[in-house]
Amino acid sequence: MILGGGTGGTLIANRLRRQLADEDEITVVDRDDDHLYQPGLLFVPFGRARPEAIVRSRGRQLHAGVAYRQGAADSVDIGARRVQLGDGTVLPYDVLVIATGAALLPGETEGLAEATGRGRAFTFYDRPGAVALRGALARFDGGRIAVNVVDMPIKCPVAPIEFSFLADWYFRRRKIRDRVEITFVTPLDGAFTKAACNRELSGMLDDKRIRLVTEFNTGEVDGGRLVSFDGREVGFDLAVTVPVHGGQAYISRSPGLGDALGFVPADEQTLQAKASPNVFVIGDAADIRASKAGSVAHFEGEILTRNIASFLAGQPLSASFDGHTNCFIETGFGKALLIDFNYDTEPVTGRFPGRVGLPLLRESRLNHLGKLAFQWVYWHLLLPGRDIPGVAAGMPRAGKRLDAAQAASRGPAGTKGKV
Amino acid sequence: MPTMVYAGAQVTVNDEGFFTDPQQWREEMAPQIARDAGIQTLTDQHWQVIKFMRHEYAEKGTGPSVRALSKTSGVSIKELYQLFPKGPAKLAAKIAGIPKPRGCI
Repeated sequence: MILGGGTGGTLIANRLRRQLADEDEITVVDRDDDHLYQPGLLFVPFGRARPEAIVRSRGRQLHAGVAYRQGAADSVDIGARRVQLGDGTVLPYDVLVIATGAALLPGETEGLAEATGRGRAFTFYDRPGAVALRGALARFDGGRIAVNVVDMPIKCPVAPIEFSFLADWYFRRRKIRDRVEITFVTPLDGAFTKAACNRELSGMLDDKRIRLVTEFNTGEVDGGRLVSFDGREVGFDLAVTVPVHGGQAYISRSPGLGDALGFVPADEQTLQAKASPNVFVIGDAADIRASKAGSVAHFEGEILTRNIASFLAGQPLSASFDGHTNCFIETGFGKALLIDFNYDTEPVTGRFPGRVGLPLLRESRLNHLGKLAFQWVYWHLLLPGRDIPGVAAGMPRAGKRLDAAQAASRGPAGTKGKV
Repeated sequence: MPTMVYAGAQVTVNDEGFFTDPQQWREEMAPQIARDAGIQTLTDQHWQVIKFMRHEYAEKGTGPSVRALSKTSGVSIKELYQLFPKGPAKLAAKIAGIPKPRGCI
């Protein structure tokens, strides 16, 4: 039984279908039939992606032999091994995979709902929000824009930085950049917490005249001001916020399953939930050290398929996830950076996936094309559970300048050992 | 590795003053660490949070984030900031003698 038919749920269902025997039944449960290509949301506000072009049917992404059931999970009874749906239906399982991602919780920030209602605050983290922001940006002809990450963890931690870069590019194209002040407001102590990457991104923010405000824990949105818990303020005319994230509500209604924020603690290598040996987690729903990013769900899929097959065969879980994460970072003007890292290795320069390949941690047109091509890869290779040529679950080392990584990990205080 | 002397005992800390070995911490060290960080008196509420941080670290191997700390301890985030200005998760972790909480990315 797989709860959630997004990136992680779909690809693990399809991989398991190929791996397991025909008599093993696989069911995917989701509350709706709208599979959203989430990386596309970033481009909607700038008119570079059509909102209707980034959604497809969930059921149609699943292989023959995978059942799809529409219904909202209400709770999981781990002891009795069953899921209760909102309509009262009870579904028993032998193995459960939690793949329900992260929920946006704008209600947890005082004043954010009011500012959104008055058309002052927007988010591009869901489709209606991204569409509303597209209209607001088109009408914006000067003033202060604050791009605000309210709290960590969030999905795709580089997306708000990408949004800032693209906003710079968007207003330059409209020839009003000198009338727009862009401020990136983050609770982290830098643009990004990984040393080499942080240096590169901070320099780029500087070059693009985007102001950086760090260690800002947003407590309140008050009219046209973001107010931090320690009393600092950032004024804005338009706020682009990334709301607080949590796990889905049913997890908190399921005794023993989730942590305080509703994410599911799991072994970061085997992806087995701490709650029970026959519960596994994939993607954003997991409380592990890895980023909440589609690439993580993709790399986890290969590992989790092997571990679930081992579990069903009564064998030890031998496949181990190394925390591999891979992100394209749009920088505007048709260019992008690429970063590739895992639990133990920082993003470094070099090439990916090997000595011949895309440049790492360096702006290039090739990376931008890679990011655009990824949408095809997503629907046609990643979701069907096929391997992407040359890209494996384990982080590649060939092509990387790992000597630079070791130097970075000995870097200044506050930049070491963070994930 | 830098060292500090609290309550007459030498302890090892990292560059930012976080304990590297939580076993070296004793309750009588907390008031001095707190004073160094600008908190003159530790109230019962401070102690409630400090003990909670120790407990969370023992259970999970890392201190909680401010939001998780608030949800689990029942103390609102605003109050936590009044108790530990400039960042409850980090400051309470330092006074409780546990390593700096892992950021999330």
